[in-house]
Amino acid sequence: MNPSALDLLRRLGHFVTDRLWRLGFASRFLMMTVLYSGAAFRRLHLTIREIYFTGVLSLIIILVSGLFVGMVLGLQGYDTLQRYGSSEALGVLVALSLVRELGPVVAALLFASRAGSAITAEIGLMKATEQLSAMEMMAVNPIARVIAPRFWAGVVSMPLLAALFSALGIFGGYLVGVQLIGVDAGSFWSQMQAAVDFRQDIMNGVIKSVVFGAIISWIAVFEGYDCEPTAEGVSGATTRTVVTSSLAILAADFMLTAFMFRGE
Amino acid sequence: MNRAAIDLWVGIFVALGLGALLFLALKAGNLTATDVGETYVLQARFDNIGGLKVRAPVKSAGVVVGRVGEIRFDAETYTALVSLHIDKRYQFPRDTFVTINTSGLLGEQYVGFEPGGDPEMLKPGEMVKKTQSAMVLEKLISQFMFSKAAEDEAKK
Repeated sequence: MNPSALDLLRRLGHFVTDRLWRLGFASRFLMMTVLYSGAAFRRLHLTIREIYFTGVLSLIIILVSGLFVGMVLGLQGYDTLQRYGSSEALGVLVALSLVRELGPVVAALLFASRAGSAITAEIGLMKATEQLSAMEMMAVNPIARVIAPRFWAGVVSMPLLAALFSALGIFGGYLVGVQLIGVDAGSFWSQMQAAVDFRQDIMNGVIKSVVFGAIISWIAVFEGYDCEPTAEGVSGATTRTVVTSSLAILAADFMLTAFMFRGE
Repeated sequence: MNRAAIDLWVGIFVALGLGALLFLALKAGNLTATDVGETYVLQARFDNIGGLKVRAPVKSAGVVVGRVGEIRFDAETYTALVSLHIDKRYQFPRDTFVTINTSGLLGEQYVGFEPGGDPEMLKPGEMVKKTQSAMVLEKLISQFMFSKAAEDEAKK
């Protein structure tokens, strides 16, 4: 075997072990976060403060996007459905696509770029300015004081934001479909109510958004905690948070959908 | 920003989120409308259930009176055994005719109850005697084709 092939193999091995090591570190970090999250609930104001920064400040972008996604669904759905003479099914189309898929996924993607990046940048800067080390010096566990509240705030905020996104989206679909185009309001709502199942559709959407919230918060706090304590390191970690969590959301969404809606 | 203001905003946020969830459950979902309360179980045997699904509605005179509970294959008689969860408020005569219907031409399938005139009512757990299988479109078409072919044969 020639040396360049050996070198290639060695690099491949290094790449794989490096990734595995990072995954293991991230998993242990998540375990530590859950283990030390007692403080996040005992000193609830820490978590509430983080819910304000991640959840409340994401409200505007989530609400506006939900409304517009719903209105676009109304227009596009009507255009397709009226070809088959079933424009009354517009409510079903808008509600099911929002509650099952678009609500959790698009809200999670927006949440990752709006709140996830902010969490990473904040924790990364704390590390770069040695605030985390200072906390350890004062015998304050930075995971319990800084990481756990941010993690749980994300887990709590995400399903609420996804529900708001879906609700505003349905309202947007109603605005366009019923008020603008003139689909019958009665059949719009009644067909929707007949087709959307509370357990099968709405609860599964909520479960999805809780899982996405945990994934985003986990990736965001880990990338911040693990970043190189320089200006470049923080910017790289922020980018990685958005990219990794977006990909992770899409992959997790496929897996969850495969389990939830196999169409038995 | 002080703590009271943050608490207030988070309170508004959580209330809004829960409100949205409630809106989805009540206005977009079927939490209120068709979830039947206390139920009793009836059994029915069909030669062919077509595309009947678990949790499909059971309707009498077009009104939802229950849901399909469980669908099993009976290996001894080679028939489908369907258990129907019927709302406790409604009783049906013993000679009720149970059919599998389709709502619309391509809609979902549901179980239809056509009550007879028997003074005795079906008891919980009882097996319904009179059933009719689902209409399978392919079978119907092939029957039509065969009878058409037979007619043409007779004319010759």
